[in-house]
Amino acid sequence: MSEYIEHDIDGNSVGIVKKKVFTCATPPDGMLLDNGVKFGPITLTYETYGTLNMEKDNAILISHALTGDAHVAGYHGEDDDKPGWWDIMVGPGKGIDTEKYFVICSNILGSCMGSTGPSSINPDTERPYGMNFPVVTISDMVKAQRLLIDHLGIKKLLSVIGGSIGGMQVLEWCVQSPDTVFSAIPLATTTRHSALAIAFNEVARQAIVADPNWQKGDYYQNGRKPDLGLAVARMIGHITYLSDESMRFKFGRELQDKTDFSFNFDADFQVESYLRYQGKKFVDRFDANSFLYITKAADYFDLENQYGSGSAVEAFSKTRAKFLVVSFTSDWLYPTYQSRLMVKAMKKCGLDVSFCEIKAQCGHDAFLLPNERLSSLISGFLDGAQHEISK
Amino acid sequence: MVHSMKSVSNHIRYDLGLIASWIDPGSRVLGLGCGDGELLHFLKKQKQVKETGVEIEESKVAECIEKGLSVIQGDINEEVEDYKDNTFDYVILSQTLQQVYEPSKLIRSMLRIGKTCVVSFPNFSHWKVRMHLLITGYAPVTKQLPYQWHDTPNIRVITIKDFRKFIKEMSYAILKETAINTDSQDKRGDIVKVLPAFRATYGIFMIGNRPD
Repeated sequence: MSEYIEHDIDGNSVGIVKKKVFTCATPPDGMLLDNGVKFGPITLTYETYGTLNMEKDNAILISHALTGDAHVAGYHGEDDDKPGWWDIMVGPGKGIDTEKYFVICSNILGSCMGSTGPSSINPDTERPYGMNFPVVTISDMVKAQRLLIDHLGIKKLLSVIGGSIGGMQVLEWCVQSPDTVFSAIPLATTTRHSALAIAFNEVARQAIVADPNWQKGDYYQNGRKPDLGLAVARMIGHITYLSDESMRFKFGRELQDKTDFSFNFDADFQVESYLRYQGKKFVDRFDANSFLYITKAADYFDLENQYGSGSAVEAFSKTRAKFLVVSFTSDWLYPTYQSRLMVKAMKKCGLDVSFCEIKAQCGHDAFLLPNERLSSLISGFLDGAQHEISK
Repeated sequence: MVHSMKSVSNHIRYDLGLIASWIDPGSRVLGLGCGDGELLHFLKKQKQVKETGVEIEESKVAECIEKGLSVIQGDINEEVEDYKDNTFDYVILSQTLQQVYEPSKLIRSMLRIGKTCVVSFPNFSHWKVRMHLLITGYAPVTKQLPYQWHDTPNIRVITIKDFRKFIKEMSYAILKETAINTDSQDKRGDIVKVLPAFRATYGIFMIGNRPD
């Protein structure tokens, strides 16, 4: 996902919000990971908006994508220049209405935005984990989130909502804990990466590990970080979040601050300059190792194999949620055919499913951009779900 | 004579109201080509049915989902294939048959996934259609079939008699049948009992498998 954080035009906001912290899986028990290792302690940073009702049936969990964090909406302080990453969707009167719902988002296991990840301090060595951090999976991330939801005293989630890698977590939730998830909205996502998606991730990872400053992941303490590698990784990722159409529209072949080619290897084209800027900006806020771990988790994710011996129908037969699946026409990272396969399997299982392919020219990132259709789909679907859960 | 009948509901199109009157409360209903979901929404609210819709147009699908209906964006001919046998009590194809490329295949699928199906279509043997062709010599353009020959989505020309014959040939049973006089968006209408083939603008049929 890219950063499109914009102030809401209507000025509607959840206001000032606070980061909270939850620690679980403390040793010696820890949490059993997919790789067979018992791991702990795990700290999850999370935020909540709105109020949990008496019946405790209005809770919605939002799952974030690759580079997101727990800060979905609102501001941390009066002088924050930017709200949370999905402020356009989450707030009073918005698609996910915080006047009606209690919204939770936690930073994923393996990330670097407050939850335990490779840049966290390993209590055994008192040094950052680096490559000693276990290779975690989407399933592990969801297991940790389940501990948080338990801790919050919520037995049933009205909905789990997320796009991209967040959408994978949504699907994982539905299979892992079918009794907890009343409804689910997987956006711009897939049950498993295509070879194309894995290929882009691998090139991005190679850019990081090929940077001499990566130092086998042990770069936290000597002041030399693999910034160049991470910036290139981000540039590659960014291309996959856009589309031919949106890039043609946004940049075309326009030159950046010049009228002719430079005849050297400076950034001539606007698109080059844009990608360089995105890459540079990214290294200030994101950890290269977290990028490696989370992209790996996304590549490993395979709902069919893990839960259905290769069959999507068998995997979805373990779920009970009411689904709203949404894809976007110009998303070539997780194209519509992947959502359709999901929907097909859900139908074969007799699940209650809605599906809409939204016309959008901005590629995979469409789910993050202001889109009235998406907001009203989500809001209508949630109203229906709320009505049914309280029956 | 034309029997006057008040609209089944003040809030729903006349032909849809008639279809709704055939649907048992609490049943499972699939609406193929469900448009903006008017009928499904009515059935969900008034008869507490478990609804599913299929619609190809994004904006209409969105309208349905916004109303809280479960609707899938897709081609009805393909989408019907995914459901298990007898998933639904009723599969409704309202005013869409005339646009279907392989009607017999679709109706077979509808009666595989549903116990019964309800089909409505504009009656091409209405006297105005006949007169239009007879007098003007041009392909008929009416309120119910408002297109020119070159831009019409209605690739099938069906009359009430044709449909009866077709169902008989397919060895299905006509469980209910009515002919009505209304235009496509009208909330008012009449049931036509005398000379329906000549005087009705729409035919509505409920069909099912023949008892063995």
